[in-house]
Amino acid sequence: MSGTFVGMPAFPTAARAALGDTQLRRNLAHATHTIRDKRARVVAEVEDWEELRLAGAGVKEAALRDLATHLETLEAALTRAGATVHWARDAEEACAIVAAIAKRHGADEVVKVKSMATQEIGLNEALEAVGIAAWETDLAELIVQLGEDLPSHILVPAIHRNRAEVREIFRRRMGAVGRPAPDDLTDEPAVLAGAAREHLREKFLRAKVGVSGANFAVADTGTLVVVESEGNGRMCLTLPEVLVSVVGIEKVVATWSDLDPMLRLLPRSSTGERMNPYTSTWSGVTPGDGPQEVHVVLLDNGRTRALADDVGRQALRCIRCSACLNVCPVYERVGGHAYGSVYPGPIGAILNPLLRGVSDEQTASLPYASSLCGACFEVCPVRIDIPSVLVDQRAAVVDAHRGDRIPRRGSHWQEAVAMRAAAWTFSDARRLGWAERASGLAGRVLGRFSRTTLPGGRAAAGRLPGPGAAWTGARDLPAPPPESFREWWDRTDGGRS
Amino acid sequence: MTSTPGGGARDEVLGRVRSALSGVSPAVEVPPAPRAAARDDLVDLFTERVEDYRAVVTATTRADLADVVARAVGAATVVVPAGLDLDIPGAVVDDGLTAAELDAIDCVVTRAAVGIAETGTIVLDHGPGQGRRIITLVPDRHVCIVDAAQVVADVPDAIELLDPARPLTWVSGPSATSDIELDRVEGVHGPRTLHVVLVAD
Repeated sequence: MSGTFVGMPAFPTAARAALGDTQLRRNLAHATHTIRDKRARVVAEVEDWEELRLAGAGVKEAALRDLATHLETLEAALTRAGATVHWARDAEEACAIVAAIAKRHGADEVVKVKSMATQEIGLNEALEAVGIAAWETDLAELIVQLGEDLPSHILVPAIHRNRAEVREIFRRRMGAVGRPAPDDLTDEPAVLAGAAREHLREKFLRAKVGVSGANFAVADTGTLVVVESEGNGRMCLTLPEVLVSVVGIEKVVATWSDLDPMLRLLPRSSTGERMNPYTSTWSGVTPGDGPQEVHVVLLDNGRTRALADDVGRQALRCIRCSACLNVCPVYERVGGHAYGSVYPGPIGAILNPLLRGVSDEQTASLPYASSLCGACFEVCPVRIDIPSVLVDQRAAVVDAHRGDRIPRRGSHWQEAVAMRAAAWTFSDARRLGWAERASGLAGRVLGRFSRTTLPGGRAAAGRLPGPGAAWTGARDLPAPPPESFREWWDRTDGGRS
Repeated sequence: MTSTPGGGARDEVLGRVRSALSGVSPAVEVPPAPRAAARDDLVDLFTERVEDYRAVVTATTRADLADVVARAVGAATVVVPAGLDLDIPGAVVDDGLTAAELDAIDCVVTRAAVGIAETGTIVLDHGPGQGRRIITLVPDRHVCIVDAAQVVADVPDAIELLDPARPLTWVSGPSATSDIELDRVEGVHGPRTLHVVLVAD
């Protein structure tokens, strides 16, 4: 009942379509600017924000670099606290574990807390295939699910929808899956939230099985943490008899006190609040309070692939705050769907290739979905140097396709041809000399006739013909210097004459 | 330990982790998280920050507490946890009420474990006087009594005091969402009204 990212076109194609949607661009510009300003205000309140970021980055980096030890500690602590720990190598295995638990309890439905990990593994579709309905209970997830749509933002998956569209989705779809929207439904956000409350309450009250992710997993105490706003998380974590949490192995922090920098960094970076309305922590089973059967599924699904990458490993520090999406000039204009993944924006542009590799065209296009402006690194609460990882992943894309007899389709093949020609020229002194003389001649001609001048007075080429037009369409090409360094050296004897 | 598909998954995932990190030093210097300078107006800051979330804060004294809570409850039906050291006329004491039974009750009165001034947060550890997690979730109004002496400066102070073995619920204002056009709306699934009664001597 929800859409799928499978078969999405590569980023440039998807982005071009998104850019033509003026409603989408208006919705996105409004939303990203609102949340950006809120974040900036509450971050400015914290005097030592930079030290806090360093502490947060340190906590996550330390956990990652000794991950096997912490995972074993976590497993032991969870087991002591009455939880059952499962391990999943990939999406299919994780989905099968959750489905088996639900089946064992005869459940034909589960209620879900918003969770990136369960979206990543396609849990809802997998459960549906075995006859179990998975109800999303976060308001934005509900909008996406009812609209048979795809999420386009990590924090606010329905950020691309405005209030009128949400009202329409609620009126059309709620009745088919439960309590219908009231007849007098308006497009006031408070009224729409009220309709969601009524619609979901009957599902909360009767659900036998709840499914969640976790924002953090504390190894030494076996504690899972869920950070949320609406109370739908508390409902799913408290009311059902059985709780299954799907937790990526990178969610581990070593100790209870490590939660401190994280719980200060996450809400300010994410929703732009000093603290989110509700944070729940639990360690296994609490007799007489909440679910009496607790399962934790520890998920790999490509994380160990990213862990092995010395430059990319830092992407696993990500706490899914989505601050990088909100400041990204590319995301703001094309939205989340163009990235073809549940992880959009700058973090998605590095996380997807790191988790999955770059052999397919869609994933290989993502490291190029950036102007490398660096705004993402500046706001990242755990200091992931996204621009550096992007550049490194671009190198990975080039390496992966170096052997291709026919250059990869898409917008980069001309560049590949030009690079091969350049390699041929540069590898031989005589050929380089000819090229320099040709370029010097072009420089003298351009210097005399060019009408475009760069700051500083240097002449620039106007529009180049042929494939070069793609380059000069968005950039100025400085006129080549009339004399090369080697010619200057010969003429002046290295500056001595 | 696993009765589900993938019995060898544990060893394989841990093996992949170890091989991914071969040659990587596990030693990372973790800089300590900074602490804000101490201040002596914690209770005022706590009040201001809780009100910022559009929660109601009423300051009172120990002597007037029962009256203030009775007024906060009004004519509503009310549930209280076992061990609440306060007599509320007509209150149902939770003895394992079902979700459906709680759904028919308007209001809940509890105490809290810690208050955090910087973030305007109350933390429940669901001990005596606070009750099961469900009773502060299903009723639509939560009246929460916080002692001024329970208010700490910031998140790290609270983490030091709290016991991770207990389930914890951190509450910062009423339930809220910003999922439609980033427009903040108070009140979705959790209590739509949060009333903090702050007791000082």
